[in-house]
Amino acid sequence: MVGLVIVSHSEKIAEGLKELAGQMATDVSIAAAGGTNDGRLGTDAEKIITAINKVYTQDGVLVLFDIGSAYMSADIALECLSEEMREKVEILDTALVEGTITAAIECSLNKSLTEIKEELKSLSIVKMPQ
Amino acid sequence: MSINRAKVIEIINKIADRIEENKLYLTELDAVIGDGDHGLNMSKGFHAVREKLKEDAGNNIGDILKKTGMTLVSNVGGASGPLYGTAFMKAGLEAGSKEEIDVIDFEKMLTAALDGIKMRGKAVLEDKTMVDAIEPALYALSKAIQLGLSSKEALKEAVDAAYKGVEHTKAIIARKGRASYLAERSIGHQDAGATSSALIFKTIYEEINV
Repeated sequence: MVGLVIVSHSEKIAEGLKELAGQMATDVSIAAAGGTNDGRLGTDAEKIITAINKVYTQDGVLVLFDIGSAYMSADIALECLSEEMREKVEILDTALVEGTITAAIECSLNKSLTEIKEELKSLSIVKMPQ
Repeated sequence: MSINRAKVIEIINKIADRIEENKLYLTELDAVIGDGDHGLNMSKGFHAVREKLKEDAGNNIGDILKKTGMTLVSNVGGASGPLYGTAFMKAGLEAGSKEEIDVIDFEKMLTAALDGIKMRGKAVLEDKTMVDAIEPALYALSKAIQLGLSSKEALKEAVDAAYKGVEHTKAIIARKGRASYLAERSIGHQDAGATSSALIFKTIYEEINV
């Protein structure tokens, strides 16, 4: 089953969204990577790597993010993974709340990474830096 | 100019001092058009770098800069973490196993750092970001080297160009980062990231005596 990582500047947003999405998809692996390691608002590549490792399986992992630099931190986290893992981990451009809930449901239905990405296309809000 | 390993560490520590001294100033600049955490974030990041290098600075200049970059990536919090982190890591890759560098090496390292920042943040000139300080600084440095100026003079040209770039950010609209949400309301205010970049150049210049 595909796992999910929620990257937010706010620990509360990441944890809250994990709770919300988990309500509808109880068996899905979701990891929250919100805030910095000392409790400030912000993102932390190391925290994201830990989160990816927590939910990683051969089926892959989707990383969903909130704004701006959350993407950059996620990008660095991916670069730090082993080549084998990196092929199965993707950062997705989607409205964070709606996208995470939709993704969680799709994961719980045992959809593949490609199928989930396709399903989330309509929730894209073009926030990856161009 | 010839900068050895110990001097590189000294310069990075000095950058940490300058960031600390300017913490409130950078945060105030950022508070007007951004999320108001640039000074604090940079101070947290460079404090962590200082501690890291005290503990283990590696064997060569490449190592020092790579460790600096990695520490910034995981300790800053805001966009400046991945951006300055990438910049220092790319500069470190360029420096490699060197134990001494000169102004030509510095020019190459700065080129790699700027490419890294642009790759990571997808920003270009006139987006009202640190690129608006760093790119003119690199351009001025290269030009000064070509004209045969001394290392110190060339670095002075770079510092002046960086501050001119910072001044220019007041006149333009933010297209990246939190300030971009303000669109034309960002005009009239200087970019905090460009300001910290200029401050870093100024510190390097002041620390180089030859």
